Amino acid sequence: MITFNQFVFYLFSAIMVISALRMITVRNPVHAVLHLVLTFFTAAVLWVQLGAEFLGIVLVLVYVGAVMVLFLFVVMMLDINIARMREGFVRFLPVGLVVALIMLGEMLVVLTGRVFRLAPPPMPPAGYSNTEALAGVLYTGYVYPFEIAAFVLLVAIIAAIALTLRRRPGTLHQDPAEQIRVRARDRLRIVKMDAEKRS
Amino acid sequence: MDGFVSLWNMLPEGLQTLIWILVKIVVIVLPLILAVAYLTYAERKIIGYMQIRIGPNRVGPRGWLQPIADTVKAMFKEVVVPTHANRYLFLTAPLLAFAPALAAWAVVPFDEGLVLADINAGLLYILAMTSLGVYGVLIAGWASNSKYALLGSMRVAAQIVAYEIAMGFALVGVLMAAGSLNLSEIVHAQSGGPGQWFAWPLIGLFAVYFISGVAETNRAPFDVAEGESEIVAGFHVEYSGMAFAIFFLAEYANMILISVLTSIMFLGGWLSPFEGTLLESWFAWVPGIVWLGLKTAFFLLLYLWFRATFPRYRYDQIMRLGWKVLIPVTIVWIFGEGIAIALGWQPWLSGGA
Repeated sequence: MITFNQFVFYLFSAIMVISALRMITVRNPVHAVLHLVLTFFTAAVLWVQLGAEFLGIVLVLVYVGAVMVLFLFVVMMLDINIARMREGFVRFLPVGLVVALIMLGEMLVVLTGRVFRLAPPPMPPAGYSNTEALAGVLYTGYVYPFEIAAFVLLVAIIAAIALTLRRRPGTLHQDPAEQIRVRARDRLRIVKMDAEKRS
Repeated sequence: MDGFVSLWNMLPEGLQTLIWILVKIVVIVLPLILAVAYLTYAERKIIGYMQIRIGPNRVGPRGWLQPIADTVKAMFKEVVVPTHANRYLFLTAPLLAFAPALAAWAVVPFDEGLVLADINAGLLYILAMTSLGVYGVLIAGWASNSKYALLGSMRVAAQIVAYEIAMGFALVGVLMAAGSLNLSEIVHAQSGGPGQWFAWPLIGLFAVYFISGVAETNRAPFDVAEGESEIVAGFHVEYSGMAFAIFFLAEYANMILISVLTSIMFLGGWLSPFEGTLLESWFAWVPGIVWLGLKTAFFLLLYLWFRATFPRYRYDQIMRLGWKVLIPVTIVWIFGEGIAIALGWQPWLSGGA
């Protein structure tokens, strides 16, 4: 007899595995993105079930709510030739398999615990706040790495803007400052005219 | 009754929890849907009076049954799926818009202890759920196989991503002042009279939050996603009957949600506005949910008032307002708030204690 918790775990892991598989097998790129979204979402559900509510919700908030929306936005606007996308599948398969095997090996090294000796984490006491615990670690013990990571992200943002910023002559765009500065007398001239005589 | 109790005890514990949660969900969702129905009626009546007309008055006494007539009409209409539309996604999109609008209600506290899930990260959960609503609109636009629908959904995606940042930052200010992500504790942090409400020390964030809330729900004056004068009806141009009605429901449920959240974060939620005054004992019999309802109704009135008053924004001005006005305001405000908290600025920002 499986418990309610186990039932939820197996249900969502099954959805996650199937949607991850569909993500790489569907033809339509928009469908692939949507399957990736579903994978993220079910991963978040599993994290919440493990008691990592902060991480789970942030996964939904950041990846599903922001990153994937922009991703979908771009994919929808692209005019992708599906037949050409399919051509490389067999050619790139060996590379993909090698990457997958390396990742599997890494996970086994960490999880079987010969090298890292991971003890299962102790069960948190009742009323324990995941968010507070994370904040305590991030802003005390790891405050410098955290600040450095923030700085690296800032540099990345500025670099992305600098790379795409180019002056293109001849584009039509509005200058709001100029629009606000406009006064009626600059644009409009009221002319006095005598009424026309009825012929 | 005894038979019912013994039947209930026979069920396994997991099933009991499940049924109990489902019952609670129904208790929240049914009044919500009723509220949505009568919000549409209120909208037509109020905007009618603002424009010196009467509004709906044919169905039932003074038009009270109008929402029911509308629902029945929508149910009996045919749902047309356009040619070459992606049938499956086309029909899923309204549900994807509607589900997050309902799911967010799980953490909303209606009164002291009256909440479905009293979780610690309630504020984050709300942000996560409201950010999911955009998928319904995006998919609807893409699956319709129509250029107007696609244009509408592109507009929504850019607009919602922009205003979500301002919205999130406004909530950062609230959580700094309250010292908690739990919505019930945010309300408790504002107890002790209307002078203690976060609307006063955070008045800039309060304004930013409500403005981005209006933009986030695609309501006038930010309703360029539907812009009927430019792109027919935007993302839902191809939808008819019940499929359209579900988008409609989601939009109004989101409006009510934003209004409730604004009341909870900035106007003290279920707390009585007479706390700490002579009138407090006179109104002590009023349940907290009534105060919350009245505060929510005020913001809903603002929504309708905006719609009756303002012309639609131009799209580049929407982007300018979001990125260049609201986000800098929130950043400066949070910075100032941090200093105020560090200095222990009484009576509001005493370090979130």
